[in-house]
Amino acid sequence: MATVMKVNPTRMELSKLKKRLKTARRGHKLLKDKRDEMVKQFLELVRKNRELRTEVEENLKQVQTFFSVAAATMSSQAVEEALICPKQEIVLETDTKNIMSVIVPKFNYTMTGKDSDIFSYGFVTTTAELDVAVGALAKIVSQLVELAETEKSVQLLASEIEKTRRRVNALEHVMIPNLEVTVKSIVMKLDENERGNITRLMKIKDMMLAETRHENIT
Amino acid sequence: MNKIACVGDKDSVLGFMAIGFEVHTADTLPEAEKTVKSLAESAEYPVIFVTEEYYNGMQHLISSYSEKTVPAIISIPGKNGSQGTGLAAVKALTEKAIGADIALNS
Repeated sequence: MATVMKVNPTRMELSKLKKRLKTARRGHKLLKDKRDEMVKQFLELVRKNRELRTEVEENLKQVQTFFSVAAATMSSQAVEEALICPKQEIVLETDTKNIMSVIVPKFNYTMTGKDSDIFSYGFVTTTAELDVAVGALAKIVSQLVELAETEKSVQLLASEIEKTRRRVNALEHVMIPNLEVTVKSIVMKLDENERGNITRLMKIKDMMLAETRHENIT
Repeated sequence: MNKIACVGDKDSVLGFMAIGFEVHTADTLPEAEKTVKSLAESAEYPVIFVTEEYYNGMQHLISSYSEKTVPAIISIPGKNGSQGTGLAAVKALTEKAIGADIALNS
């Protein structure tokens, strides 16, 4: 329910409030547009995120199975020993991207070392199953990085959308109605004063006329 | 130089060593929580993967980083397979932003 603000019913206040109302309306429109566009972007990202998620989880599940098989065919110390000194090192570069003034990260990764050479161990002590597992994992690195990027963007965008939505609602349902009623009540008050003034003048005029007439008669 | 970190129990994350992730093993949840916290604070790891079991246990810690651009703390299924944490999180975020989880599978 809109309430009238506590302000003095003067012309000064009226023009101030009118200006505020105009600003509020403009802000409301802009924020609404911002929200709509963000939701559009968000939905695209969410769709992408969902697809990537399902894919990555599927692939990781497979990789885990490979590793379980590898662990079964070798002793766990041997597995650990084989993996502990990786040849590959991933260097991640973080860039930022601006989606509707939300700063989201953008990840670029580079692998040091040759592309084909992912195996950090000699083939004497390890089994072929481990090769399969490591190979499968190396293939999904790009997916994992992309998933991280998308998921973070979705998180950031979601909280920004929520904030914007609150602002839009506050303007639409509280601020603007309040300003409107207040402006209206001030206008009515000023009009009432004006009318009171006119009646008073008319009354005085009548009284003065009556007085002059009375003087003329006598 | 920024790197990708990975936190989880030994069996789940050991493989990531081979492809150059920096692997931190943790046997208990408090240990994992401490590790993730120090990794996130150090600002050298823009991406931190955490296995679902631990991810679910440290929601509080993770949400304190959700407003920041980096680090991105992302859940991955552990050795027990996916429990649907990732997709549930996406669903929750959609609900938060739009107010309803509308069908996106189309």
